[in-house]
Amino acid sequence: MQEHIVIIGNGISGVTAARHIRKLSDKKITIVSAETEYFFSRTALMYIYMGHMKFEHTQPYENWFWEKNRINLKKGYVKTIDTNAKTLYFAEGDTLKYDKLIIATGSKPNKFGWPGQDLEGVMGMYHKQDLENLEKYAPNNKACKRAVIVGGGLIGIELAEMLNSRQIPVTFLVREDSFWNGVLPTGESEMINRHIKNHHIDLRLGNNLKEIVSDENGKVKSIIIQETGEEIACDVVGLTAGVTPNIDFIKDSEIETGRGVKVNRYLETNVSDVYAIGDCAEQHEGINGRRPIEAVWYTGRMMGETLAQTICENRIQYNPGHWFNSAKFLDIEYQTYGWVFSERGRPEYEKHFHWKHEDDTKCITIAYHKNTNTFLGINTFGIRMRHEIFDMWLTEKRDVDYIINHLPEANFDPEFYSHYEADILSAYNKQLQTV
Amino acid sequence: MSNKINHSMSLAKPDAVDISNKQKIALAIGIIGLLILTLALFNTNFPNKGLFLTLALGLISGGIIIYSREAYLTKLEGIKNDGVWFKSISSRGTWGWIVGVILTAFYIILYFFPKYLGLGTDGAENTGLISLFDPLSKLLSGRPASQWFVYGTLYTVAILAFGYKFILKYRHNRYQQLRTGSVMFFQLGFAFLIPEFMYVMNNDLPYYDLKSVWPLNYYIFDEWSVNGFLSNGNIGLALILFGIISIFVITPILTYKYGKRWYCSWVCGCGGLAETAGDSFRQLSSKKMSAWKLERWLIHTVLVFSVVMTVAMIYTYLGYDKNDFWLTRGVFISLVIGFLTLVFAGVMYFKRQELGKDAKYGAIGFFVVIALLLIMHFTGTTNQIFYIKSGALRSAYGLYIGSIFSGVIGTGFYPILGSRSWCRFGCPMAAILGFQQRLFSKFRITTNGGQCISCGNCSNSCEMGIDVRAYAQKGENIVRSSCVGCGICSAVCPRGVLKLENDGMEGRINPTEILLGNDVDLMDLVNKK
Repeated sequence: MQEHIVIIGNGISGVTAARHIRKLSDKKITIVSAETEYFFSRTALMYIYMGHMKFEHTQPYENWFWEKNRINLKKGYVKTIDTNAKTLYFAEGDTLKYDKLIIATGSKPNKFGWPGQDLEGVMGMYHKQDLENLEKYAPNNKACKRAVIVGGGLIGIELAEMLNSRQIPVTFLVREDSFWNGVLPTGESEMINRHIKNHHIDLRLGNNLKEIVSDENGKVKSIIIQETGEEIACDVVGLTAGVTPNIDFIKDSEIETGRGVKVNRYLETNVSDVYAIGDCAEQHEGINGRRPIEAVWYTGRMMGETLAQTICENRIQYNPGHWFNSAKFLDIEYQTYGWVFSERGRPEYEKHFHWKHEDDTKCITIAYHKNTNTFLGINTFGIRMRHEIFDMWLTEKRDVDYIINHLPEANFDPEFYSHYEADILSAYNKQLQTV
Repeated sequence: MSNKINHSMSLAKPDAVDISNKQKIALAIGIIGLLILTLALFNTNFPNKGLFLTLALGLISGGIIIYSREAYLTKLEGIKNDGVWFKSISSRGTWGWIVGVILTAFYIILYFFPKYLGLGTDGAENTGLISLFDPLSKLLSGRPASQWFVYGTLYTVAILAFGYKFILKYRHNRYQQLRTGSVMFFQLGFAFLIPEFMYVMNNDLPYYDLKSVWPLNYYIFDEWSVNGFLSNGNIGLALILFGIISIFVITPILTYKYGKRWYCSWVCGCGGLAETAGDSFRQLSSKKMSAWKLERWLIHTVLVFSVVMTVAMIYTYLGYDKNDFWLTRGVFISLVIGFLTLVFAGVMYFKRQELGKDAKYGAIGFFVVIALLLIMHFTGTTNQIFYIKSGALRSAYGLYIGSIFSGVIGTGFYPILGSRSWCRFGCPMAAILGFQQRLFSKFRITTNGGQCISCGNCSNSCEMGIDVRAYAQKGENIVRSSCVGCGICSAVCPRGVLKLENDGMEGRINPTEILLGNDVDLMDLVNKK
């Protein structure tokens, strides 16, 4: 009998693991999900609400793909795990035995105990069910006169863009005094503040949620702001203040958990034959300056690729390369390669060169070591850059002069676009003269 | 639920994003313009035809222009796809079907029953819709309008007005603007005005849209066409030579350097209409694997058909005169077979590995063509080829491919099959360019390392039905014969993953298993096949 690999969660991590295990072996594979029948791209949920795509377009593989590759799909909600009997118990009442178990259950939206956080019309924006909820409570600007979004991160701004696409007025509460400035340096963060306001979104910086007020039917009626006591009438509240590993069902098992499922560098948990990958996995210590939990698409995929090797008798460590990420803030694309820290948590040796275009939609920040001039990382807004080139420059430990002088090689904008490298170079040289 | 099933029978979706009052007025203006044309179609005899024609075309264009300005200039620059899958017209809803039926009916009447458009036959004066266009035709070339002149005018107006819309939609994107400006220029100049002026200068010359290359322009080597050119001295000879050079010299060089996009989405009229008037329907093309399989069979069958048809046609009329010309039937058929063999041998020698399984299909295709040509040569008589009346093949091609496939289905079905179903499933020119693009071209769409998030915007917006995401999420470049290089996948990508490029042949196709971002040893390990 073939070894049975059971994967809980059909997101990017679990599906990548399954695909690579299939490439490498003939093992029996089952993917369990309570959310949807087939894998879809969570990052694309917003485009369904905006009408750019339909749900089926967010599915990267056609439905025949799974059977053809002998990957069993089971829809069900895992209630408990018995690691001694190697058995999963489903809420629906049935059970499933495994030889090896991969936990890839992802995240769930944070709720910080706000009064009214479970009212009707209050939702996160993470699961397919959240999208269905939003469609129900905010189908148009007649049913939803105003929406309030709580939490200024990547999901918050996406939700704002979604509601904006249906001309629903949005009030956007951001705890920090500038958008996402725990991650972005000031110049960038402030540019995004202005861009948000240009989209007629009511951005409230330095504002916290005090409570969500219910109407007589248990549906949200308004929210109250902590700092000012102002009450804002609204029909929908989006809670987008970050995510936490989705692991409540594991808490009673023998698998060690912290905030997430604790794993070692091999993505193994404390229980043998049980592994965890993706958003729900927590490293004992962050790898190379990374956080112990990385809730990012790319890291989920990389963990899936790595674990497939280990499962298929080639035990290797999860060893991510240079950090990279990307996002889009309304109309402004953002990419980052290497490390660029915001004012908060920036190492003492890290210095920045910042350039911003006069149209206020493009800027870059290059981080370098103040003593050695070694290039540490780049944030780029409104200008696309080549992943491969920056990955190479980071590996080669190039200095900042080299980067600035070779920027044209890294440009990835479409043909005929205006180029700003000369501008950037002269700004850089000017800055050097004044220092 | 989130799939947005519309439970109401209302034509305008009750929960869709509303259009503004200004847009409603713009629609009304455009519809009044269409109404004038419709009245003319039903034989309303307008007193001053020139005035009413100007009014009709002006109102249609004006309506489109006002509508687009309101749609795009009132918002910040960026991707403007909100609600395309909610709107009835662009999501195969009721309006989509209505427009599809109207367009299809128009094409059927245009190709097969032009008298209902008012075409005067046997010297009679035009009536109805066609007569409305007489003043413009007389102004340009001095002759009365034909159904083709009406069609050409409306076609050009559509490309210009919707081209303007497209330029506004992508006003942040220089590639899109230049490309659209280019198709507008080629349609107005090369397809519409120059042929009219050529007629004024020399009215014996056959209609020739210089940018329309054989085999898309399948009638250029027709007997009447070739005779028309050859009986017109040096200018005629130059034109037919240009036609031959276009396909055998210019096309391969440009496709090598830039990919087939130089033609399909910068020059071609069919492509021009698809990119402008058809833009709202691009997302409707099927991305299924089964559609791709159908595409490969269909388009190459049409190519074989068009090659055999053209050769048979030329072969037939070469037989008429008793060889006072060096190009006899025997020489001609040997030249064709020699050329095809050279191409086939070259491809097999240089690209055998790359073709993989397809090499077998290619070989079968090649030998079928050669066999057909030989059968034709040895069984043909002066009047018959393949035991049917010579000319029947040409008529069949003109009817089924030229009219029904490219016109009725290709354009009439825009709101159902998407904007490029002719380009994708039928165009023999696209098949030739695509073959070259896949094997001998510097063009590719580069995937940016490991940045893809599999969102699917690229695949959704591909009018050629390429599942772009399937490549991008593997970190693999997109090198597909069908890609027309419109660049919309790159434009709509929210993470900056795709870039259309011309670069060296080395590393153009880069199959990878593990994406950039992971530990290097692991990448080596897994990429080892």
